[in-house]
Amino acid sequence: MQLSLGPTQYFWPRERTLAFYREAVLWPLDRIHLGETVCSKRRELGTRDWIALAEELAASGKQIVLSTLALIEAESELGALRRIVENGRFLVEANDLSAVQYCRQRGIPFVAGPTLNIYNAQALSLLIEDGLRRWVPGVEQGQVLLAELRTAMAALGHAMPEVEVIAWGRLPLAFSARCFTARALDIAKDDCGFRCIEHPDGLPLATREGQRFLRINGIQVQGDEITDLAPEIAELRELGVDALRLYPQHEGMAEVVARFRAALDADTPVARVGASNGYWRAEPGKAGLPLQPA
Amino acid sequence: MQLVCPAGNLPALKAAIEHGADAVYVGFRDQTNARAFPGLNFSEAELREGVQHAHARGRKVYVALNTYPDSARVAHWFAAVDHAAELGADAIIAAEMAVLDYAARTHPQLPRHLSVQGSATTAAALTYMHERFGISRAVLPRVLSIQQVERVCAASPVPLEVFAFGSLCIMVEGRCQLSSYVTGASPNRHGVCSPARFVRWDEAADGSRTVRLNGVLIDRFQEHEPAGYPTVCKGRFDVGGEIFHALEEPTSLNTLELLPRLAQAGVTALKIEGRQRGAAYVGAVARTWRSAIDRYRANPERWQVEPGWQSALAAHAEGHQTTLGPYHRAWH
Repeated sequence: MQLSLGPTQYFWPRERTLAFYREAVLWPLDRIHLGETVCSKRRELGTRDWIALAEELAASGKQIVLSTLALIEAESELGALRRIVENGRFLVEANDLSAVQYCRQRGIPFVAGPTLNIYNAQALSLLIEDGLRRWVPGVEQGQVLLAELRTAMAALGHAMPEVEVIAWGRLPLAFSARCFTARALDIAKDDCGFRCIEHPDGLPLATREGQRFLRINGIQVQGDEITDLAPEIAELRELGVDALRLYPQHEGMAEVVARFRAALDADTPVARVGASNGYWRAEPGKAGLPLQPA
Repeated sequence: MQLVCPAGNLPALKAAIEHGADAVYVGFRDQTNARAFPGLNFSEAELREGVQHAHARGRKVYVALNTYPDSARVAHWFAAVDHAAELGADAIIAAEMAVLDYAARTHPQLPRHLSVQGSATTAAALTYMHERFGISRAVLPRVLSIQQVERVCAASPVPLEVFAFGSLCIMVEGRCQLSSYVTGASPNRHGVCSPARFVRWDEAADGSRTVRLNGVLIDRFQEHEPAGYPTVCKGRFDVGGEIFHALEEPTSLNTLELLPRLAQAGVTALKIEGRQRGAAYVGAVARTWRSAIDRYRANPERWQVEPGWQSALAAHAEGHQTTLGPYHRAWH
């Protein structure tokens, strides 16, 4: 099974980002995703910078994938998307149908990111016709849904594409036109001063009784818990999952990667370090909440 | 511009039509649509009657089949497409590729509208859906500013429908998992957001009330403080030591003042949210928008918002408050 570094969801200073990836390229990873997936206003690295970084990191022999925005609202964002799709060298992760359309028009293969809403074998097959080469299931997809989808693909006579499952990190739960970081800081989005850079692991949101609940990350809302599927590696293998996606965090990422590499190489299941991911068991995504039939 | 109104049952459908809806959108009584609430929606017999009622008056009925079936349940959604076609629906409103593909191949004559749940915000995404599944209309997610709506209208391969009034989803529709993070039930998979069976109200001795969703505290209200339905996005939370509506206040979208710009942009239909609301809501909101659209049509240059329209709409808004929402840049 491969280890894959997902795109950084947060906004870090340029030098911090470059330093992070120059370290990451030395970690026992098979694949690294680069690019801005949350907010087009985050331009410490522009499209050209991300592509240049991809060129630099590719010399390591690791596969580099350029990931793209989940929500596209402006013409300028479509222009940047087009430049990424037409980069001529690196595989692109499509997180919106706009990217799928650009790849399809040009006959370019793509990775389907977790916000594309692929819930069944028929939809997956249609996107394979369009050029899908790898699939990152959305956060709601757990063990049972993946197993059913695999069976349904076989019944349709279609081969599964490579599957990469989110195995570490805060789950991306929602996207909005509104910037919740700007709202929390009482500033206008159009004049935000890029203040999300002050929160390199997002802004914690708790309930009124102090229970940790969500993370605000610009226009994105995440679950507060860092989910950890390392103890489920045997189940993931049995399902034919090809790669585990680890989402970057500001501190301690080298240790996270090393632990997953060791867990993949180990004969016995590893203990959980992060939170369990309820979605994986067809329960509420947040760990430890009661289960009622949906 | 067509006025498209919600109906959660036959009385609401009849009220919408009586008060001027050009089209009514409805759902079956199961998880194939995004308002799969207990006691709501149409049996086949009711839908047959609703379609007859509408067609006899020259109006249309659209059937929402806008959830995302997983592999084990996809056949049920296909059967729902068949039922919609057999019952004489004028279009289906769908989001999911397998459903759209099945409808395009099996009932090519039945128009396919892309649901707001399809998350298509650009001409490129709309072109994909048009080329791939032959959609003839799309409903835009409630994330674009009015300027962005105008640009997408100009570049879209299909006519666009936009939300005009009703409860405001502030996340990109089809890409919000806040409900399933807390309850396991989601708009995409189960057609519900924060379902009522997970909601628990508790009243304290001082008259204050707390509301929880599957045990997670969404908000607390003083004795006479108005309290809204506890979706996660409209709760009050603690961010940096301050307690406030961190995501959104309980408020409704109201785009009435933008009606001329939406018309000039070429928007083909205005959509009213609220299949979960009763006939009184549907009738009052339909009547107000019918009047506003007709007045605009008769005299676009002299059109202005009438105070009576706004007060009629505010009376039916969540928390009696309305907002231009994402159409207005300052909201973002």
